[in-house]
Amino acid sequence: MAMTAYETYTRTKSQIMLGLCVAFTAIIIGVLGLVTGYLVSIGYKSVSVDFFTRNPVPAGADGFPGGMLNGIVGTLILIGLASLVGIPTGMLTGIYLAEYSSGSRMATYVRFIADVLTGVPSIVVGILGYELLVVPLGNYNGFAGALALAFIMIPLVARTTEEMLLLVPRSYREASVALGATKATTILKVVLPAAAGSVITGIMLAIARVAGETAPLLFTALASRFLVTNPIRPFPSLTVEIYNNAARSPYPEEHRLAWAGILILLLLIFALNLIVRMTARALTGKK
Amino acid sequence: MVKAQNQSTDRPGINPGQSHAPAEPVVRSIGVESRSAPLSENITPNGESVRGGKPHTPHADQVADVHAELAGEQHVLGIEDFKLYYGKSRALHGITMQIPANKVTALIGPSGCGKSTLLRSFNRLNDLIESVRTEGRIRFHGQDIHDRRVDVIRLRKRMGMVFQKSNPFPMSIFENVVYALRISGEKRRSVLEEVCEKSLRGAALWDEVKDRLNQSALGMSGGQQQRLCIARAIAAEPEVLLMDEPCSALDPVATAKIEELIYELRGKFTVVIVTHNMQQAARCSDYTAFMYLGRLVEYGPTNTIFLNPHLKETEAYVTGRFG
Repeated sequence: MAMTAYETYTRTKSQIMLGLCVAFTAIIIGVLGLVTGYLVSIGYKSVSVDFFTRNPVPAGADGFPGGMLNGIVGTLILIGLASLVGIPTGMLTGIYLAEYSSGSRMATYVRFIADVLTGVPSIVVGILGYELLVVPLGNYNGFAGALALAFIMIPLVARTTEEMLLLVPRSYREASVALGATKATTILKVVLPAAAGSVITGIMLAIARVAGETAPLLFTALASRFLVTNPIRPFPSLTVEIYNNAARSPYPEEHRLAWAGILILLLLIFALNLIVRMTARALTGKK
Repeated sequence: MVKAQNQSTDRPGINPGQSHAPAEPVVRSIGVESRSAPLSENITPNGESVRGGKPHTPHADQVADVHAELAGEQHVLGIEDFKLYYGKSRALHGITMQIPANKVTALIGPSGCGKSTLLRSFNRLNDLIESVRTEGRIRFHGQDIHDRRVDVIRLRKRMGMVFQKSNPFPMSIFENVVYALRISGEKRRSVLEEVCEKSLRGAALWDEVKDRLNQSALGMSGGQQQRLCIARAIAAEPEVLLMDEPCSALDPVATAKIEELIYELRGKFTVVIVTHNMQQAARCSDYTAFMYLGRLVEYGPTNTIFLNPHLKETEAYVTGRFG
């Protein structure tokens, strides 16, 4: 049966649409592949055992340029502390917005502020941290860095939690409430578990985002050439180490160290993602 | 709570003291008529007879008289001139009826006539909807369920509910069934297992799922999911089972199983079932209430309603001539 002109037209249009979507997806994946490939090809040569086991060594000293043990440990501690503050605060805000506020004016304000905060340049957060947490304490410190990162996390976590909870069908809530569950029980036992997968994804994205932040840390945690575990002191991080080695060093050895740092930062975020996802799957699967 | 204040100002006669902290909207009673205000001059305090030609229920006096069989029953729920509003529009226009104990009562009527709304009023599930407010009374064993002293959580534990669309939680079959016990703090494995088996047997599902209790409930067929929801509801050992079109999304085989189940549940539970399917009402109920446009038109023994209704409107509906 011959196609009418209109059928030909709609089919061609559909084909063109499909072609465009495929083409642009390919471009995105291509760019991503290019960046990652370039990074790996340069970075892997500089990743050695020293990188993981040694702190930076100054130029001229034995073992120059050393490694980034201080940065790796520092970043993990900073992420941990930031998560400790940012995830509960963000999630509880999200739960409030999705479950308790129901159209109140307060919720509209909170939502608006969260959206604005999501878009605030991170250097602004750094300066805020400097004014509020560094100046009063008299020195750069890890807590200020962690709190600055938490401040970036909170709106991200709050808004994703809210959106994911709203996707949980109302029928779950009704069923639970009709069985005599309180609102808190319903949220904790039914709504949150039902949304767990996507809430965790949102949290992971927030962690990945702050793990790569440099600007707020420059103003708060600053850096240290040593392995520091007490966050009351100036605190090293992978990102600031990368920045110092890449942008503020004349030595090619330190430039290579920065490349390795970038690669390891990428792998670190990837590994964190994987671990959290697998744990979440194991936990929800057991139920 | 700016909003609650606005609501109370544009709704005279509603007790503003009923609005609680926003942290507990579930247990909030949304709009209880001030207890000092008269409910209606046409209703006696115990709400048994509605006489005097109320303008919005023209047939109420006839209906109350002709179906004397109902008066001989023991009643669990007494609805007295109950009105419900979604925002400004009134969805229920003064319903007065008694639900007999340990019998199956069907609510029939065309879509949008308020059957589900009425059903959801019994366990105050409409409290979840922000814009809803109510007037009149619903008594459960004589106690006004909107009374401040009533613990809505306990009320809901005494009334199981099965919804139109099966809604098992995204957990294992076992956890679904014992949910009501879990939230009551029951931890003993033996008790949970016993209740699980008993409830699943009660819902005629045990044999089909006994080997996969730990698998996700979402992997079951639609009919099984609905029976699981029934098992979940009866696991809490409620007195009343509220069913909101429990078979509307099921195929005829699954429907037959559920109907059989409803038939078996009578005597143990008071069942109130909303249905669009008139054969279903005729098959599995003892009493039938015909509702239309938010009003109770006729209420009586199922046989009478279907074979010998007293009102022309009821006859027209049950014979399929309108609706």
